Amino acid sequence: MSRPRATLRSAVDEEGTVATGPRRDQDRDPDADRHTVDPPGPDPDWMAWQASEEFGRLRRALHRFILPTTIAFLSWYLLYVIMAAYARPFMDAQVFGTVNVGLIFGLLQFVSTFGIALAYSRYADRRLDPPATRMRHEIEGTTVGPAQGGRA
Amino acid sequence: MSATVLATLSPALHSSVLAAPEPDTSHRTLTITLFAAFVAVTIGITIWASRQTRTAADYYAGGRSFSGFQNGLAIGGDYMSAASFLGIAGTIALYGYDGFLYSIGFLVAWLVALLLVAELMRNTGKYTMADVLSFRMRQAPVRTAASISTVVVSIFYLLAQMVGAGTLVALLLGITDTTAKNLVIGGVGALMIIYVVFGGMKGTTWVQIVKAVLLMGGAAVMTVWVLAKYGFNLSELLGSAAANSGKEGFLEPGLYYGKETADAATTLFSKLDFISLGLALVLGTAGLPHILIRFYTVPDSRTARKSVNWAIGIIGIFYLMTLVIGFGAAALLSQDEITSRNAAGNTAAPQLAEALGGQGTTLGAVMLSVIAAVAFATILAVVAGLTLASSASLAHDLYANVIRKGRATGAQEVRVGRIAAVVIGAVAIALAIPAQGLNVAFLVALAFAIAASANLPAILLSLFWKRFNTRGATWGIYGGLASALILLLFSPNVSGKPVNPATGKSPSLFSDPSVDFSWFPLDNPGLVSIPLGFFFAWLGTVTSKEWNQAKWAEMEVRSITGAHAEKSSKH
Repeated sequence: MSRPRATLRSAVDEEGTVATGPRRDQDRDPDADRHTVDPPGPDPDWMAWQASEEFGRLRRALHRFILPTTIAFLSWYLLYVIMAAYARPFMDAQVFGTVNVGLIFGLLQFVSTFGIALAYSRYADRRLDPPATRMRHEIEGTTVGPAQGGRA
Repeated sequence: MSATVLATLSPALHSSVLAAPEPDTSHRTLTITLFAAFVAVTIGITIWASRQTRTAADYYAGGRSFSGFQNGLAIGGDYMSAASFLGIAGTIALYGYDGFLYSIGFLVAWLVALLLVAELMRNTGKYTMADVLSFRMRQAPVRTAASISTVVVSIFYLLAQMVGAGTLVALLLGITDTTAKNLVIGGVGALMIIYVVFGGMKGTTWVQIVKAVLLMGGAAVMTVWVLAKYGFNLSELLGSAAANSGKEGFLEPGLYYGKETADAATTLFSKLDFISLGLALVLGTAGLPHILIRFYTVPDSRTARKSVNWAIGIIGIFYLMTLVIGFGAAALLSQDEITSRNAAGNTAAPQLAEALGGQGTTLGAVMLSVIAAVAFATILAVVAGLTLASSASLAHDLYANVIRKGRATGAQEVRVGRIAAVVIGAVAIALAIPAQGLNVAFLVALAFAIAASANLPAILLSLFWKRFNTRGATWGIYGGLASALILLLFSPNVSGKPVNPATGKSPSLFSDPSVDFSWFPLDNPGLVSIPLGFFFAWLGTVTSKEWNQAKWAEMEVRSITGAHAEKSSKH
């Protein structure tokens, strides 16, 4: 019940004549709007994919990184903001020369931001991209459901 | 505090600016020449880009063919406004440490975009923010709401930049004549319309890339120069800045934000206002439509991630450089020198450039001209991004998907997008000219508060909350939008700030002290309006039974795997 989507989709982009939202455009060929032809072509079975073991693992891997990290960096940032407002003596304490805790705390926000960005990149390259790419090929290729899915 | 806070960060604020003494204008011809060169180069890029633009995906998303590094630079060019460059450097020059607080919020905000928004959005959307918000919802109500908040955020941001451009020119070129300033605003408006109408996303992106390179280059030269003067010893630079400023606590938080006064309530509100600002900064960025549409210009979500990483690196380094530039200005210029030119310190960076080259010397004039031209370039690149984002939403969301119910062709959509860009540009010019006396702080505050309160809750919940539905999305957007606007209307931004003894006027929008209808004590509504945005999104969701399970499955699988994501036009 499936068909190769990739070909169809790039045709849409190159023609650029279809201007529907993401809701329906995968159901149409490039001329659909001009000729009001609704070509057949069932969607992949998204609900089966969503319920699949393989997708569940990928979703868990994504959420396991982004949710705790978001809570952590937002708390770390808010801690900094609140200390700048309410812990002035601590922030004013000099560490070396004229450099005080407040400045180092601020610079550490830069360091943590760069660090998290790099860590996420490495994590995504290693743990998220390979299964995501595999599933994307399966979904866009000839297999419809996750269960019967042969590797593309 | 923060009308003044934001005021400092906006290029043009107090009307007193206009009364500033006429600056030395020996550099004027050179500045104008450099700026004309930038305009010529960007017009050239626009002509080239217009020839490359054939399809709707080319026009709205640059063919989705930019590399991660290119898009990272363009994001930087789209994001680093004159407020970032002139405003933060100026605040640091006058108030020391507190200027730094702003840049931290602006940077950390990018982690929200990186971890929660960029890739998932790239995988599910096409041209606009509303593509993602309406993915699994009923199209018309959600797209209408998203389009309204996109246009409102963009117009206020646009006004701030354009009014800023007028004042910047007045400050740097010594133009005080109102007609000349109106011409500058009209000129900026005309250029942004040309970039967007003819160049589309391709042209706009390249303008932003060129600007980012110029801005980073200019800032890097100044940073190294300042550091070299202090033997690359940060402690010595800071010590010298603190001593030269003559201000107590210059290197510590509290000179500007969350000021401590004898009155306990004033102190409390001042500190809460600062926290409220911090919240809006960190949550507003990932809800700014002109930033979000940049994620569509790359071939896939992996490149979107790389581009945000580049952007974080570029923007982070830029803010570290503004720290050195700001403290360098405090160390090398007297406070009077800075405030005599602009009370809010917005000319500190160009003044520092002149001082580094040597005041009155040719090198000094060259440095001043270069940095002034970079500041103009900065404004142009930002306004082009804003015009594109809002016109794209009008054409793609309102026209193609609400009015034509998805039956418009790509060619029609692009034609309407171009008309919308002209209309948005004309409206912005028409509003910016009478708005020149207006407190730009108010406009910047509105843009960030609305983005964080109206857009971000709906974006996050539509990507992550299974149960989210049409009513949740519309209530979240309208609720957050209304909360932010109402709280701002009744805040000290609009009326009721204590009278400034020097002028006998209130710094509020209504400067007549007898007009005071404020009841919300904070200038920044974020602390209240952001939670309200989430609350209304939740309330709308749970009071409606509507829920599209199949579309949720499709959205979740597509957003995480990238299946059926819009493809690049180049393979």
